[in-house]
This record gives sequence, C-alpha cells and structure tokens, in this order.
Amino acid sequence: MTEPADHLVKSFDNDLKRLRDMLTQMGGIVEGQLAMAAEAILNRDSAAAMRAVEEDPKVDALEHEIEQFVIRMLALRQPMAGDLRRIVGALKITSDLERIGDYAANVAKRSIVLGQYTLPYSLAGLGHMADLVQEQLKSIIDAVGSNDTAKAIEVWRSDRVVDDIYNALFRELITYMMEDPRNITPCTHLLFIAKNLERIGDHTTNIAETVYYAVEGEIIRDVRPKGDTSAYAVVRPQE
Amino acid sequence: MERPATMPNQDALDTLDAAVVVSPPVPKDTRIAIRNLDFFYGRNQALKAIDFDLPDRKVSAMIGPSGCGKSTLLRVLNRMYDLYPGQRATGTVMMDGQNLIDSDIDVSVLRSRIGMVFQKPTPFPMSVYDNVAFGVKLYEKLNKAAMDERVEWSLTRAALWPEVKDRLNASATGLSGGQQQRLCIARTIAVRPEVILLDEPTSALDPISTLKIEELIDELKDDFTIVIVTHNMQQAARCADRVAFFYLGEMVECGPASQIFTSPKQKRTQEYVTGRFG
Repeated sequence: MTEPADHLVKSFDNDLKRLRDMLTQMGGIVEGQLAMAAEAILNRDSAAAMRAVEEDPKVDALEHEIEQFVIRMLALRQPMAGDLRRIVGALKITSDLERIGDYAANVAKRSIVLGQYTLPYSLAGLGHMADLVQEQLKSIIDAVGSNDTAKAIEVWRSDRVVDDIYNALFRELITYMMEDPRNITPCTHLLFIAKNLERIGDHTTNIAETVYYAVEGEIIRDVRPKGDTSAYAVVRPQE
Repeated sequence: MERPATMPNQDALDTLDAAVVVSPPVPKDTRIAIRNLDFFYGRNQALKAIDFDLPDRKVSAMIGPSGCGKSTLLRVLNRMYDLYPGQRATGTVMMDGQNLIDSDIDVSVLRSRIGMVFQKPTPFPMSVYDNVAFGVKLYEKLNKAAMDERVEWSLTRAALWPEVKDRLNASATGLSGGQQQRLCIARTIAVRPEVILLDEPTSALDPISTLKIEELIDELKDDFTIVIVTHNMQQAARCADRVAFFYLGEMVECGPASQIFTSPKQKRTQEYVTGRFG
C-alpha cells in the first residue's frame, strides 16, 4: 500500500510521524529487553538479566507518553478513516509492546533463579524458540515503522511454529520432572519462560493484526493460527 | 436466410444495447430513487449521472468540497432550479411512482411534500406564530383552534416551544440565530412534508445551537426522510445514517456513515475525509 498524500495541515503529518517514531523507539527498547533476556538464559548471564529488568521503567514511561499523545491527537485533530485507524492502532500496539516488555523482564528474572541450578539437559529448544520470537518481534516493529502489511501477514503466519515448539517443550519438561523431582524447580521456571516467550509471540501476532487493519481498513480474512495445545497435553508415567 | 422485414438488423440492436444504461436496482425502503441524473447550469454540467437512493425515515448526508454538486442535488429534489432560466435536469428522481423532474409535476405541491431549510436562518418579518402558520395557510384551511394546535405541534417538534410559547406574537427577527433556525425548521415541518432538505443548517450557528439542531434531526428522522448537506464532517458522522461523497459533479462513494468515516473504499474519499485533499 502506498503512503497516503500529505495533509493540508502539515502539523498533523508531523504528529503522525512523531507517533510512529515513538512506537518504533518503544519497540526498539522492548526488542533489546528480549535479546538480553534470551542471552541471560542461554549464556547464564545474570548481568544481562538485570539490564533487561532495568529497562522496564523506560518502556512504561513511553507507553504513558504515547497514550497521552494519542488522546491529545484524538481531541485536537478529530482524525477520520485511515488516520483514525492508525492512531487507535498505535494505542493498541503500545499496550502490546508494554506486555511484551513485561514478559521479557519476567524471563530475565527467572533466568537469575535458574543460574543457581545445574541443568543436565540442553536448552537448544528454548534457544530456538527465543530466536524465532526475537525475529518475529523485529519484523513486526519494522512493519509498524513502514506500514508493511505483507510483512505483518508473514509474522502473523509464523506464530504457529512458536506454538509448536512450545508444545514440544512442555512435554519434554514434564518428562524431566517425572524422572527426578529435583528437576521440578528449574523445570517449572523453564516452563514459565517458555510460556512467556509463547505469549510474546501472541502479542506480536496482535500487533500484526493491528497493523493490517490500520493500513487496509479490514481485518485479516483468515483463521488465526492458534497452536498452544498444552492445555490438553497429557504425559503418562511409564509403567 | 432471408431476414423478415419487421425484424431490426443486428447493428441497430447493438447500438440500442450500448445506449441502454444499466441502472442499479432500487433497494427496499427507498423514499426517493435518483437514477442517471444530469444537471446543467447553462452549458456547464454540475451533476454527472448520479445514482443515489434516499432511504425512508433515515438521514442521508452529502459531503464534498465547495462546487462538488451537493447543494445542486438538493436544489433538484424540490425543483428550486425551476426559478432560474437556463438550468435543467435530466434523468429520473422517483418518489411514489412520479418523476419529480417531469414538467407536469405541480411544483407548489412538491415543495409542500419536500421542505427545505437554508444555511442562513430566514424568518419572515412577522410574528413567531405567523411564521409557522404562513405555509400552512397556503395548503390547508384550518380554523383558529386547529391552527393553534398545528403551530404548537410544529414548535414543539422543533424543540422551540418552551422558549417562545410566551411570545408567539413577538417578531421572529428578535430571536437568536439558533432559535431562528429552529423556527425555520418548525415552519418547514408545519406543512407536514415527507422529506426535509437541510442545506448546511448549522453553519451560521454557535456550538450549542448546533448541537440542539443535531438533536432535533435525530428526533425528526422518526417521521421524516432527511437529507443534509454539510461541510462539517463530524456533523455528518454524528447525524447521518448514510453518507455520500461528491466530487466534481460525481458521486464518488456512498455508504453507511461508519464505513465512510472509518474505512472508505475510494482513495478520493479517504483523502477528503482525512484532510488530504488538494
């Protein structure tokens, strides 16, 4: 979709640009948080974990700033059609980004606890999941910055893979816990970490839907890829 | 095979087909159906092949930049243009099986069925009571009691009664702008029309009077089919059920107000409603 023409009132264009810049700035910070959290788990790096947690107040402050800016724009500009969709979309995206930031901080906090345990198994699955989620988040922030609906759809479709890995990890971690009760504490933390990553994927999907609606004016006409089946998963002890 | 003499040849049929304009079907509950309407100010064409349906007892709004033809269309609906030589309309404007732009239509009766309120309040220089009774006297013979009742009914429907009931004999020109405009609406509905045309009815009013008129429009649509021309997009969004966007004499897009102001289908509509036209 081509960029819309300029407004007759130039300051409106400046406001829209500022809104988009604030969103990509917030997206950048959240992306950094997630990268540090992933590093903290995989490299058992508690300093990186602390840095991820410390970014949280910045994200919250930006969220408030964006909210107030959106309310001001709605009151002063009374936007219509595509402008209205983008401005309301920004409000939704900022709250999705804030949640993603919270999940990343939670992953980081749990990695500090995990650091106290020796883990007898590979974290390769979790690492792969973290890579995928980071890639999704990066793509969607690019799509927000460029109103790229093709990219948004790509991100929206890719969430299925993340869900599949999560389901596999869920079963794997339960088997470890069944093998040895001493695994329960670290594996529970790992389970929450995996769940947090999976939720980050879901919020990225939300953002993809918002970007698509803001630009095209209609919702994505497809069934949402919903793949978290862990609610129905059963792992039976061997006789 | 020898062609029978009465059968037209294929070339003539093809030409005929090409000349037939396929008009969209008229939806149910349409009060006025406009098809293929052209309008000319002398040699200048102001409306081009308009197809537009005004749903019964709904508010239809027309928006568009100055000179796009929206006020012209309003003037066609009650034959205002008849007053000026050199202005003419072709096509059909169907209401109850009659084409309103046919020359054999009784224009005076038509204007009692399709009333109009203008941009600037136009009270007659007479009392409040006489302003409302004036139009009624042209069409109906009512005794004093019935006329009193009609005046009160009209002023009540126009949300003006409480403000003027104690000064019905005072001059209407002494009312405020907002009151004068509501008086004009009372005068219009006093003859019990079926359709009310509003040409930028609030552009000369303060915000509170504007909201009172908008509230009034909302109440009147239970009984009347309303067509409003407005430059205020928020007003169209608030008041109208359907909105049509006009540009350079063409109707670019028409749809439910929610669609036109959230997800218009045409690029030109999108640019106009978001303030990017130019």
